[in-house]
Amino acid sequence: MNSKAYNLFLKDFRSELRTRYAINALAMFIIVAISVILFSIGNEKINENLTAGLFWVVIFFTAMSGLSRAFVSEEERGTTLTLQLIASPTTVFSGKLIFNVILVFAMNAIIALLYGTLFEDFVIKNFLLFLATFVLGNIGLAVSSTIIAAIIAKAGAKGTLYPVLSFPILLPLILTCVQLTLFSFDGTSFDKSKFELAIVVSYDVIMITVSYLLFDFIWQE
Amino acid sequence: MSNYSLEVTQLTKYFGRRLIFSNLNFKFVDNGIYGVSGPNGSGKSTLVKILAGIIGANKGKVTHSINGNEIIEEKIHNHIGFVSPYLVLYEEFSAEENLMMFAKIRGVEYNKQRVDYLFEKFLLLKRKDDFVKTYSSGMKQRLKFIFALMHSPQLIILDEPTSNLDDEGKNSVYEIIREEGKKNIILIASNERNDLELCSETIFLENYKQITG
Repeated sequence: MNSKAYNLFLKDFRSELRTRYAINALAMFIIVAISVILFSIGNEKINENLTAGLFWVVIFFTAMSGLSRAFVSEEERGTTLTLQLIASPTTVFSGKLIFNVILVFAMNAIIALLYGTLFEDFVIKNFLLFLATFVLGNIGLAVSSTIIAAIIAKAGAKGTLYPVLSFPILLPLILTCVQLTLFSFDGTSFDKSKFELAIVVSYDVIMITVSYLLFDFIWQE
Repeated sequence: MSNYSLEVTQLTKYFGRRLIFSNLNFKFVDNGIYGVSGPNGSGKSTLVKILAGIIGANKGKVTHSINGNEIIEEKIHNHIGFVSPYLVLYEEFSAEENLMMFAKIRGVEYNKQRVDYLFEKFLLLKRKDDFVKTYSSGMKQRLKFIFALMHSPQLIILDEPTSNLDDEGKNSVYEIIREEGKKNIILIASNERNDLELCSETIFLENYKQITG
């Protein structure tokens, strides 16, 4: 199964390089969102709370602008049937998930770098905690975005439905990640962040399990 | 020779409250060419999609078996070849790139000899390195046959197999259907008289529009 999923990921990766379906949308959103935030802040000094919040706001909306492509592009091109004929549902979900995980990590690494360079208050005192939040948050974001993309791919108003459906599902993850990012700015220790980390780990485990259980039903019309 | 069998029992499908067909029963055990016919909207495409495991039925069961052993749903796709007008291949890749990718995703070896034979049979050998987006609709239809046959499936489902094809293309298709029909089970869903003439047995979906039992 793993090599099949990896080959499906490679198919998506090569297709993305040729069509630039998601990369362009994501890159444009990151540039526009960060520019607007910088212009609106001007010379004002913003506190750490707001910096951490804005960091995850940009991540959330960037994900909303590009991650649905995994399934929506197949549906729009009419290639969903082709995929159904060559791969099992588990392979399809795994392949799409690998693609979205890599996309989320690349996208969020760029956002973090831009924040580190452009925002004075984006100073990380506990780097290990920030790294753990970043990794766990990205996994949760990728899994949730992938399964929601599969759900909305066949719907009419995909563009509207995706953020509307994603918001309540991603809210617990985003809120906890904002808190953990704030802890990493404060220099709070790992021990004192245990509860929040446990929430994010649980969220990831629940979303991965539920996604694999549900995908068979979503994939078959 | 494959020992493949396809059995359908009490198959019923609704779209909302509209009955498509009910209590459909048949069993194909011997290799050969079988047909499904009926007017537009009678449910031919719906039936073949259910048989291929793409959509579910409301009632009944479809059983795919090989050598007497039932094939699990997760693995059915490796035993089926499927051609239809609504099947779309990836336009940003060349024909051969598409087929190589499909073999890898299926987890089967890319049989270059067989694929080249099929490219030649369907008159696409010289164009196999061209992007699919540069193909005409007839060429795309021929490529779908290569896609359906490349992994030597035991059940070949052909939904309107000759749509978009010129006479030369139709002749290639009929020739390959006769050839494959000796080794495998072929199911043709069509209204074309010439397509159905190849079939030894035909199911008329109009006979399954009554709610019984």
